Amino acid sequence: MGHTNKVSDLQSHTGVEVMRCYQCGKCTAGCVLASEMNYPPSYLMRLLQTGTKPNLDKVLSSNSIWLCLNCENCLGRCPMEIDIPKMMDYLRTQAIKENKLHPDSKPIIAFHKSFLDSIKNTGRLYEMGLVLSYKFRTFNFLQDLSIAPSMYLKGKLHLLPEKIKDRRSMKRIFGQTIENAKTDNK
Amino acid sequence: MKIGFYPGCSLTGSSREYNESVVAVAKALDIELIEINDWNCCGATAAHAMNEELSLSLPARIMAMAEKQGLTEVVVPCAACYNRLKVTQHELEDDTKRSRVIDILKMPYQGSSRIINVLQLLEMYGAENIKAKITRPFAHKVACYYGCLLVRPHSILKFDRVEDPQSMDTMIKMVGGTTLDWAFKTECCGAGFSVSRTDLVAKLSGNILKDAADRGAEALIVACPMCQSNLDMRRGAINKTLETPSDIPVIYITQAIGLALGLSAQELGLKRHFVTVEL
Repeated sequence: MGHTNKVSDLQSHTGVEVMRCYQCGKCTAGCVLASEMNYPPSYLMRLLQTGTKPNLDKVLSSNSIWLCLNCENCLGRCPMEIDIPKMMDYLRTQAIKENKLHPDSKPIIAFHKSFLDSIKNTGRLYEMGLVLSYKFRTFNFLQDLSIAPSMYLKGKLHLLPEKIKDRRSMKRIFGQTIENAKTDNK
Repeated sequence: MKIGFYPGCSLTGSSREYNESVVAVAKALDIELIEINDWNCCGATAAHAMNEELSLSLPARIMAMAEKQGLTEVVVPCAACYNRLKVTQHELEDDTKRSRVIDILKMPYQGSSRIINVLQLLEMYGAENIKAKITRPFAHKVACYYGCLLVRPHSILKFDRVEDPQSMDTMIKMVGGTTLDWAFKTECCGAGFSVSRTDLVAKLSGNILKDAADRGAEALIVACPMCQSNLDMRRGAINKTLETPSDIPVIYITQAIGLALGLSAQELGLKRHFVTVEL
């Protein structure tokens, strides 16, 4: 039973009607990362069309939804104008909720989390802080050691963060959106 | 003339030269940029990949601040920020979403400011002035690289052609350059994977660079900090994927125009690139 509900949830949240896809494959042909994905975009659409629980689980636990760069080439070329990128955003949120995370999602989620932490704390992206926080999340301490000094010398890295004045607004925005969603799930 | 200005985070850090060249060119064209007070980050890919309401609230605060300041038009040079602001404005035409976001922000939001990118700024308010002020024609053969976020999704941005955009090409020709027909104008560079999947960025950006190099480009011209930093700062990783390493520089459209207007390499931030710029 659950499966049809989930596909209709997808539709009510994103407006995407998976049944409109007629498998022409233009999205896959234009997707720059299709070759890296467990299932390329058109295959993903087909899995969703079947609406079965095992197929939906395949989608949520695939690396495809995490490797999607949201470059929107698929949407630009889809003859049915199906908003695959918007669907990907939704599927990522669902995969987190249901804790069905492909290992490829780990560095990507770690990066997003470090990025959002920076904004929540200061209102702006603090690039140095982002990279350090990412290294701690992934234990990948050696990465980018070669370009950081050049960035600093070229004036591209601030040692200290820039902070906005109204940082309380950031706390409120985060508190009522992403943090609120987290407590909902628990 | 005066116009609102949202620099965004990249322009204060890793893409300082974009900010420097936008400011220098605007000044040369008598355009006064008024920065939005106390602006915040647009949330970029991280916000919309993780939470929809967050991805709408962050850009909405920026636009609410602009409205509070009476800025009816705002230029957003970063293609990623431009995209997030435009998409948010579109999404918040929905009454339910708009009320929810206003409730989160505790600020009025109309969605009334017109959001434009740097190419539109130059086209609408600079073209005549640029033509009149060229002191050193930009006589180079270049590949204009638009990337994703400046042109897609077309239904919302309604800017230029989605497959073979021309606005940057027109601008380069106007200042004396030649532009190439090439295959990767709007292919993705790997965008926000710069840190988390550098391997994929190297591969995707490598494809772009190779096509431009094969066709004899002297430079790539861009209008997005992510495209620029992937193609420039990640050149070491990119060159490892290419049979023939490339030393083609990647410069911002505002740097190319600035050069034509006779501005110095220093003013345009051309010394901040990883790949040496000699144009």
